[in-house]
Amino acid sequence: MSRRTIAALAAAAATAIAAGGGVSQAQAQDVKIGLILPYTGPGAVLSPEMDKAIDLYQKLNAAQIKPYKFTIIKRDSKLPNGAAAKVDAQELVTQEKVDVLAGWIYSPDAIASAPVVNAAKRLAVIMNAGTSFITNLSPYFVRTSFTLWQSSYVMGDQAAKYMHAKTAVVAYTDYPPGKDALAGFKTAFEKAGGKVIDAIPAGGPEATPDFTPFFQRAKDEHPDVLFVFVPAGDQATAVVKTYNALGMRAAGTKLIGTGDIVPDDLLQGMGEAAVGLITVHHYNADLDNPQNKAFVAAWKKAYGPDSTPNFTSVGAWDGMAAINHAVHATHGKIDDGAAAVKSLEGWKFNSPQGPIEIDPQTRDIIMNEYLDEVVKGSDGKLHEKVLVTVHNVKDQCKMLGIGPCAQKK
Amino acid sequence: MNAVADIAGILLGGLAAGTVLFVVSVGLSVTMGLMGFVNLAHGAFAMFGGYIIVLAMNRAQFGFPVALAMGFFGTAAFSVVLERLLYRRLYRAGELDQVLFTIGLIFVFIAGITIVIGSETQNLQLPQYLSGQLNLGIVQYRTYSIFLIVLGFLIAFGIWLAFEQTRIGGQIRATVDNRRMAESLGIDVDRLFTITFAFGSGMAGIGGGLGAEFLGLDPQYPLKYLVYFLIVVSVGGLGSVLGVYYASLILGVLDFVLTLYLPKGGTIFIYALTILILLARPQGLFGRKGL
Repeated sequence: MSRRTIAALAAAAATAIAAGGGVSQAQAQDVKIGLILPYTGPGAVLSPEMDKAIDLYQKLNAAQIKPYKFTIIKRDSKLPNGAAAKVDAQELVTQEKVDVLAGWIYSPDAIASAPVVNAAKRLAVIMNAGTSFITNLSPYFVRTSFTLWQSSYVMGDQAAKYMHAKTAVVAYTDYPPGKDALAGFKTAFEKAGGKVIDAIPAGGPEATPDFTPFFQRAKDEHPDVLFVFVPAGDQATAVVKTYNALGMRAAGTKLIGTGDIVPDDLLQGMGEAAVGLITVHHYNADLDNPQNKAFVAAWKKAYGPDSTPNFTSVGAWDGMAAINHAVHATHGKIDDGAAAVKSLEGWKFNSPQGPIEIDPQTRDIIMNEYLDEVVKGSDGKLHEKVLVTVHNVKDQCKMLGIGPCAQKK
Repeated sequence: MNAVADIAGILLGGLAAGTVLFVVSVGLSVTMGLMGFVNLAHGAFAMFGGYIIVLAMNRAQFGFPVALAMGFFGTAAFSVVLERLLYRRLYRAGELDQVLFTIGLIFVFIAGITIVIGSETQNLQLPQYLSGQLNLGIVQYRTYSIFLIVLGFLIAFGIWLAFEQTRIGGQIRATVDNRRMAESLGIDVDRLFTITFAFGSGMAGIGGGLGAEFLGLDPQYPLKYLVYFLIVVSVGGLGSVLGVYYASLILGVLDFVLTLYLPKGGTIFIYALTILILLARPQGLFGRKGL
């Protein structure tokens, strides 16, 4: 389907909704949220974490949501190549007539959906996808998750300053957020005096590759640190496994990365192999603040003591909070995308990850980043210990105006 | 550290990956050589066995050797059921019918596993004695890879010996060479096929479990690696155990080296090479002429 057809379809849908105003008036209290997540494929392990957070938010904040009511309509975005996600977005807008779009675990899915979001003129809350430039693709995108530049830039800085690494090899999943992770890490690491001696594209996001050849190459180059980005989920477990199987730690190379390589929900399954790994991320389930304590406790009460929220859960939680704010701020007229976005510019919230704010210039999140080390606790379980907190981190890709991150006004 | 250790590491990594390919593909080569049946769903049996093995270990706490045995016999038994119920009807059908049927079967497997187990990757938890590093003198390498290479060699040697020395092996060779002649000599080809089909599927099942450490294990498995299985079989030559063994090792090492030095699309050379080999020798590198 051509871009023009889609635009025409979406425009027709928008007109239909406007014409049917009488109907939507009658049900003004009901807010329809179209949720686009991969329920099959490699992202299938992450979607439930976000679904659970969305359910939990509605359950615990029923009083704050009143007098409105959220109806969540879910669509499967399947493989992370954007094809299904775009169709999902179209159907949600034209058939389900949703007021808000939300979700998107993988960047290609959000990128592919951007033209639909633009045509639909609906608020679109990115709850996970972390490629920096996505928010430039549509003025209706607001991001409550993170960008890879935020975590990997801080990691590059800390690798040089805190870990005193001189050389690094980067292995990254070869798609937009992986390239962002590489660029962010390299920019900060080399600014701080380090040198990236090799950058290895390690397969795509659609399937977990055998990491042995990639890591073998890194091992033979003997860097101080191996910085890895892979999408959290199946690939993360394989990374930690292969790093250990090749004996790279004994060979003097430390594995570091964004928090994607040690997501909280998979951490216990990684076992001893994960102990000592150093990562930078905006969330871990062990964060010591009252919002997180309450969040994790409520989560474990609802989903069992062995269940743990991870950063995707928090992205979804904060996304729901953002939508709730926008609904109230627009007095229920959240289907006015421009007004909804405006209400979120500069919005501040006490999230389980710490204080967050939506940057009024970029509609991207501003938040803390934590340098974490995986440690074994006295309870025999693995925990994240915060070594360094960097406050109010903005997306450096947009600050520095690199490539497609440069604002097009 | 030195270049010798680096090269040894690359070779060991490639050989281990190749060994997995061999264990999965050997059954496909023999059954295709025997009946000329194009069983694209062979990888689905590898996946089936892999799930038995990994789930037996993770959920029922069986040991690795026991789980491997369960994977072999479970998959073999299941394949016989399918062979009797479904495959049998298509022996005399055209190749396109066979391809359509077995591709359809792959999708049934994918959907079945997704519904019953879920679409997430299953992780193989190796026993303590197979994880970690082994010192080989010139290089430290992961124990499991070395274990795989040795095991693969033993399996290849064992199957080759059975092919050359046993009566049933002789019958298989005779049938691969000339099925009509073998049938007219009184060899029960149907029975022979059922036995080899079950054995080949069982081996594939073991291969699915052994390879889960590198190749992962999720419902898309049979489609993801289908091309590799087919390359190994066509380059190695139909019905040739040693041919498949050599082809698997070559492909494993080549894939490893190309991924290492040309991580972006280096594996394209494998496909180019396959085409060249098949143009020069349509029967495969080690296949018998006149099949």
